[in-house]
Amino acid sequence: MSLKRKDLLGIQDMSVEEITLVLETAESFKEVSGRDIKKVPTLRGKTVVNLFFEPSTRTRTSFELAAKRLSADVINFAVSASSVSKGETLLDTARNIEAMQADFIVLRHPMAGAPNILAKLLRASIVNAGDGGHEHPTQALLDLYTLREKKREFKGLRLAIVGDIAHSRVARSNIYALTKLGAEVRVIGPPTMMPLEVERLGVKVFYDLDEGLRGVDVIMMLRLQLERQGIALFPSIREYSRLYCLTPERVKLAAPDALVMHPGPINRGVEIAPEVADSVSSVILDQVTNGVAVRMAVLYLLSGGK
Amino acid sequence: MSVIIKNGRVIDPGRINGPADVLIENGTIAAVGPGLKAPAGATVIDATGKWVLPGFVDLHVHFREPGFEYKETIATGAAAAVAGGFTSVCCMPNTQPVNDNQSITEFILDKAKAAGLANVFPIGAITKGSEGKELAEFGDLKKAGCVAVSDDGKPVMNAMVMRRALEYARAFDLPVVDHCECTHLSEGGCMHEGQVATEMGLHGIPSASEDVMVARNLALAELTGGRLHLAHLSTAGSVRMVREAKARGIRVTAEACPHHFLLTEEAVREFNTNAKMNPPLRSRKDVEAVKAGLKDGTIDVIATDHAPHAAFEKEREFDYAPFGIVGLETAWGLALVLAEEGVLTVEQVVSALTIQPARAFGLAKGTLAVGADADVTIVDPEAQWVVDPGQFKSKGRNTPFAGWKLKGRVVSTLVGGRVVHP
Repeated sequence: MSLKRKDLLGIQDMSVEEITLVLETAESFKEVSGRDIKKVPTLRGKTVVNLFFEPSTRTRTSFELAAKRLSADVINFAVSASSVSKGETLLDTARNIEAMQADFIVLRHPMAGAPNILAKLLRASIVNAGDGGHEHPTQALLDLYTLREKKREFKGLRLAIVGDIAHSRVARSNIYALTKLGAEVRVIGPPTMMPLEVERLGVKVFYDLDEGLRGVDVIMMLRLQLERQGIALFPSIREYSRLYCLTPERVKLAAPDALVMHPGPINRGVEIAPEVADSVSSVILDQVTNGVAVRMAVLYLLSGGK
Repeated sequence: MSVIIKNGRVIDPGRINGPADVLIENGTIAAVGPGLKAPAGATVIDATGKWVLPGFVDLHVHFREPGFEYKETIATGAAAAVAGGFTSVCCMPNTQPVNDNQSITEFILDKAKAAGLANVFPIGAITKGSEGKELAEFGDLKKAGCVAVSDDGKPVMNAMVMRRALEYARAFDLPVVDHCECTHLSEGGCMHEGQVATEMGLHGIPSASEDVMVARNLALAELTGGRLHLAHLSTAGSVRMVREAKARGIRVTAEACPHHFLLTEEAVREFNTNAKMNPPLRSRKDVEAVKAGLKDGTIDVIATDHAPHAAFEKEREFDYAPFGIVGLETAWGLALVLAEEGVLTVEQVVSALTIQPARAFGLAKGTLAVGADADVTIVDPEAQWVVDPGQFKSKGRNTPFAGWKLKGRVVSTLVGGRVVHP
């Protein structure tokens, strides 16, 4: 079995079958991560380059672990703002890396569509590790994996995504994934954080957190980007957290066994109360564990699945 | 020196639309009519099966010289113009340095003369350095040869500066051309704000960023009685407001570009940087409104906003790629789509490319009237061709129309009675 594609750029163009294949493959890789010797020879001799144009610890480490557990060689290539300002373009940087015979380029970039450019022009497989406000497909896949572990069925699942929907690649990838799989998706946040015509993505929009949370099976909180306060999107962090912070009382509005998710890193007390982040309903750390297995599955399936 | 163009169908809007010959003597039109007799020694051009049109007039091109010669020069731009049937082009002042004074205007005219292809009419800046603060010297600019003023590429954000520009320009009867964009609303945007931007996670430029500036400019035109020309209208709101303003007798003219009546925001999918321009490609509803505006005369002019960029500049992250596409060498075939779709008659298409733009800027061009400069474009209305940017005379290859099959091709262009293309 393999993904019949060179690159993983986003969830939007993936079929339900492809998504399911990744999730099923990830199961066996999760088993590998639970072993005493957490390594299989699957990608021995292959080179994975983590090309990160944005600071990231969680995603980069997760990809690095995934590649290493598959026995690939891993290079971390963190591009500081200074080398961009020296004038080297993304394409030139990537061509240089490809000239070193990289098989995979895992790209994190602040601009939407950056991985699409590389995918078109390079032979290496491009894995999108987050591009601007566009997509973060492996995050959505690991969220799905976690949901499947806990809830079994996607069909009919009621799920609320809370926060800055307009600027969130995690929200977009999850909306594409969950609506494809038959879940009912709500987005909750102030109108300034809702992109135009978001309803057309097949979601229901709520501006009131309490109303939106009523009866949902899953609450997916987004990280608030604190620099967006002021005239930009909301007046103050104080007002934002009064209106949109997930507190224990608010969790009670959801279904009794509701799960709380967060892609991390969390702002305790801003979008999520510490008691909620640490509660039994929180699966935030499961998400991190599953991230490695899902990324192993993605690398494996893109390599031809042999 | 005599030239006679025989056996074509002459379409000179409002004058003639039918089989006729065109006689040119010493660079001017000497006669237009059926069965003209070729004087002895005249050069005969056979236009059987072709249309013979006044040379096209483009009110909106960027020739990049001085300052950005790697993108385009006045010579390559002029070559692109005549290859596309444009015999007169008006070049925007956003060069480096900005054309805000007599010496830059003269430089442009010298380069154009040396190229010896299209007539190049410089547009001067509204404000010094196009910084939006102090008015440029309109008197000097006009005297040096500028035919309009504009800070194109940028709007004039300060309403008082725009008011003064419209007032002051009246002394010289210069049209004031505004690129309507509220930069507060468009900040950080790189495509139309709507469903596609939402899906792609790109920052949007809302239609309102154009609409609020069109509204402001119309109010200022009414206040001052100045001659307002609105560049590249792209929204339904703009078209509605201009229509209403014209009905009330406000002095305003407006232009639309082929990409704004043929493409929607959908063209941006796959992060196609050749579909990135400002104003951006809008929604289907906006495209329909622009067409309706052309049909009822709300929009007077088809202009290209020819904006060449080097390939490496467009091969970038969508946000970082510069705005703009080339347009001179595809405009005729694209404009003719309007006739095929029944939006405009062929005569109206020709009018929007010739006499209408000439009138908007007060240029003695765009007509085959006896005594006019013999700027003539001959097209083959049946010729099918595929847009191949590799064949462009322009240095710019940045077009979203690559691979489009078009009908109607420019076969020959004359400027002042001289064949300049092919």
